Amino acid sequence: MSAAGTDHLPPASPEGQHGNAYEALNEGDDPRWAYGTGFADPLAGVDTAVPEGVDAAELAAYCLMLGDDALIMSHRLQEWCARAPELEEEVALANIALDLLGQARLLLARAGAVDGSGRDEDTLAFQRDPGEFRNVRLAEVPNGDFAHTTARLLVFATWRLALLDRLAASRDPVLAAVAAKGVKEVAYHRDYAAGWVVRLGDGTAYSRERMAEGLAAVWPLVPELFTPHPAERRLARAGVAADPAAAREEFDATLAQVLTAATLPHPAAPRRDDAPGGGAPGLDGPSTPSPDLRKPSAPGPGSQEGALGRDGAHTPALDGLLAELQSVARAHPGARW
Amino acid sequence: MRRRASAWEVAREVPDPELPMLTLGDLGILRHVEETVTGGVIVAITPTYSGCPALEAIRDDVGTALRAAGYADVEVRTLLSPPWTTDWIGETGRRKLAEAGIAPPGAAPARAAGPVPLTLGPPRRRLRCPRCGSDATEELSRFGSTACKSLWRCGDCREPFEHVKEI
Repeated sequence: MSAAGTDHLPPASPEGQHGNAYEALNEGDDPRWAYGTGFADPLAGVDTAVPEGVDAAELAAYCLMLGDDALIMSHRLQEWCARAPELEEEVALANIALDLLGQARLLLARAGAVDGSGRDEDTLAFQRDPGEFRNVRLAEVPNGDFAHTTARLLVFATWRLALLDRLAASRDPVLAAVAAKGVKEVAYHRDYAAGWVVRLGDGTAYSRERMAEGLAAVWPLVPELFTPHPAERRLARAGVAADPAAAREEFDATLAQVLTAATLPHPAAPRRDDAPGGGAPGLDGPSTPSPDLRKPSAPGPGSQEGALGRDGAHTPALDGLLAELQSVARAHPGARW
Repeated sequence: MRRRASAWEVAREVPDPELPMLTLGDLGILRHVEETVTGGVIVAITPTYSGCPALEAIRDDVGTALRAAGYADVEVRTLLSPPWTTDWIGETGRRKLAEAGIAPPGAAPARAAGPVPLTLGPPRRRLRCPRCGSDATEELSRFGSTACKSLWRCGDCREPFEHVKEI
């Protein structure tokens, strides 16, 4: 996904020839393309003052939530690199992952700048333990087949689009700017995923079955998306955050539109061939769910009762994901190349 | 005044790393060039996409070009708002894209009140093939070799081509 192609080489230096392309890339004052060496602050020059009356620690926590959602989802999409069923889909998933990584960089940088810790985006991405991540669990569960990925992406992007669209009016100018940009990007992600859900759902009997299974697999993770963390509620009241609970109606309407076009049953609807307890878990239909159904179906070991990803309670899958994501940075702290 | 216009000229002519047929000025991402009281230059750039990996290269290239033009103290800032839109690509940029075989963007979609509308299926509008001019084109993929492009194919000359998608 790097753009470090040969057409990016700076003009030949008057000081002499470069031994290789990497030296040429490192010419000048800003070495780049490598972890921890030259990625300038993505918020360079942006006015990052905290709006009056807003709790800086809470704002930082909120930026982490939205940033971690994007970072972890991006990683799962990146895992398709060199494994996607078609080159076009590989390019699409990598592009979507790149957009989300860009959003994550801005949001993590914002979090580190306002929480007073001085941690930069790299420190936050590479030096935190699983319990310190604030992403929803939908983003972290392992990849299944391509249908599972499109189901997850449809749910994630539809939800995130509804949040970012509201967040574009945030009193926090950085969140508002990141969100306004993100709306354009995530709308493309949602439409891409929706197109595949329709194609597979309204395709062959086999593709339809796989698509229905993908949706059924991610559906138990939906209620968590609309369960606001207390910090989200407080910041929403202060005009800074988007209350996810308020985005449910838009989410349901979009999902219904896609499922209708895909001729698929709603994943919460009971299926005739379901064995008791198997298939689509009957959680959270299109009508308003009762509060006790808003808990995740399978809390990870060691998590507190009722605690969610926003509280730092995750499934074991996040451990493995972070082990891979953080391995180079942790093995070689401050490494340069 | 003369020096400030010159700094703008220098920064405006820097080629985009991913679409090298376009300058930063053509692309519309160069938002401000300002000379400080101490003789430095502050340049404000708006990223095309949040994750655009070319932004760091652009930052470096602008600094290198301005220093080569005699400006010792260059600061390149990111300007996030308002977000970039392909409507900022001017007529010159659109012509250069077409000449390079890349279909230029149409008008960015206007946004009505309410939720962002869902688009299912291929876009209704057909692009003109930048090679043979045929209208018998179809979208292959909404994502392409860079964040800003989609992949298309011409049914007449059978050649694939790229399109800078409207955003």
